[in-house]
Amino acid sequence: MTVVVPVPPFHVDNPWKEDFPALTKLVDGKLPAYLDSASSAQKPESVINAMQNCYADGYANIHRGLYGWSQDLTQKYEDVRAKLAHFIGAKENEVIFTKNATESINLVAYAWGMQNLSEGDEIILTEMEHHANIVPWQILRERQGFTINTVPALDNGSLDIKAYENLLSPQTKFVGIVHISNALGTVNPVEQMIDIAKKYNQDIKVLIDGTQSVIHRIVHMDKLKCDFFSFTGHKLYGPTGIGVLWAREELLNCMSPFLGGGDMIETVSFEKTTYKDAPAKFEAGTPSIAQVIGLGAALDYIHQCGLSDILTHEESIKEYCTHKLQSLPFVKLYGHGDFESVGIFSFTVEGCDINDVAMILDQLGVYVRTGHHCCIPLMEALNVSGTIRASCGLYTDKNDIDALISGIEKAYKMLRA
Amino acid sequence: MNLTTDEIAENFALFSDWEERYQYLIDLGKSLPHLDEAYKADLYKVRGCTSQVWLVPDVAEGKLRFQADSDALIVKGLIAVLMSAYNAKTPSEISEFPIKDYFDSLGLGQNLSPNRRNGFFAMVEKIKSLALAAQN
Repeated sequence: MTVVVPVPPFHVDNPWKEDFPALTKLVDGKLPAYLDSASSAQKPESVINAMQNCYADGYANIHRGLYGWSQDLTQKYEDVRAKLAHFIGAKENEVIFTKNATESINLVAYAWGMQNLSEGDEIILTEMEHHANIVPWQILRERQGFTINTVPALDNGSLDIKAYENLLSPQTKFVGIVHISNALGTVNPVEQMIDIAKKYNQDIKVLIDGTQSVIHRIVHMDKLKCDFFSFTGHKLYGPTGIGVLWAREELLNCMSPFLGGGDMIETVSFEKTTYKDAPAKFEAGTPSIAQVIGLGAALDYIHQCGLSDILTHEESIKEYCTHKLQSLPFVKLYGHGDFESVGIFSFTVEGCDINDVAMILDQLGVYVRTGHHCCIPLMEALNVSGTIRASCGLYTDKNDIDALISGIEKAYKMLRA
Repeated sequence: MNLTTDEIAENFALFSDWEERYQYLIDLGKSLPHLDEAYKADLYKVRGCTSQVWLVPDVAEGKLRFQADSDALIVKGLIAVLMSAYNAKTPSEISEFPIKDYFDSLGLGQNLSPNRRNGFFAMVEKIKSLALAAQN
């Protein structure tokens, strides 16, 4: 006998949640409160369908065939590049497809850093960086011998801008800054920080890790004045396996290729091979075709929801959650001080192990992350070994936050009983 | 406090939901003796865990004895359950014990999945390999 369980109203204050199949199915009789979007976002049905259709309706390799399927799919693939360019306020040939934000940053380290950084040079990173914007530079440092200086994170979860200004020197060649901290939700004043670097020396190149900011802010490359901007598709409601690097055209033309192979060459002989211009120069081999199509559908979806409506909704959820978390006396919330922030909440519960809390939340259908969030230097700066992190997406509603708060209360009661 | 597998199974049979099971695990975790700080060293740390887990093995009179600890109470509770099956047993008793069936019968089987990164799986693997090494 099939028992029909009535689905409770789940989108009372969110018009978009029902577009996400995974979020509208009951798990053990409960709707999941998915609060790990900073790690990877859920996908709307239109993205899932677009990827399925990519394979089901005239799939072929792109940039190769003279037959209809290949040409049509090539067109759709390049249309996504144009959509992305529009989305971030850039030129189409400045948008490079990678496999994720990590690869985007590695591309900059290898294709730009290897030619331009050597012994005696300095680069500046912040303590708030994700490991993806630390480790590639350390690997390069081992080969090239430059110095990495770090901008300290303050106890309140913001960056020490004064210290940043003092770190700039005539040897500084590069600055890498995370736009929005994936661990704390802090929105760093990147416009100001780029301005400071460029006023000090306009030749300093600045990379902004926009992995969280393309989701929670409107970004515009012409206004941002950075040189490199990296992000990934799977946090932007698109599929995994597709990332983006944006860089200025002039800069891309001066850079060597990162990976060599098919599709990025003009001619090949064993004596000499010549390369195509960007973006093709940086896209060796068959790309992630269906993933690009999926990302295109995600951009269409965001456009259809309206990015400014999304941001308004996210701001109200953030304020609600901040207020709720701060009203629990046994919860210590990191960041979210007197500066701009988004709906990413790192916290600890007094006297409770973070993993114990997360395991109890899991039983209650509340999905959060625990640990260092790929930001060990930041955790050390905040003097904590790890935190519980709840992070919101456009589909997060008040019910999700209420489930989180009552779950924390229950966990505290069970663990401290 | 050394409970037998049967005693633990009887207790679990009384529980009707996850909350009672977890509360019992938490209580078991609280009653597990603390590991001496000196043993909380890298040498005894079980790798690949989101929670910190330490395991100190010892062989005496042909039996394996373990002391173990974790930062997480639920993991400590799971350790206490594990000890009912493994502590003070011969290597062949450990190798032959149907640990997966036992945990499944308690409704805790998911903790023995390799994807479960709470550190518990890695500890079970380590004990099994110690038992195997002691047999050979």
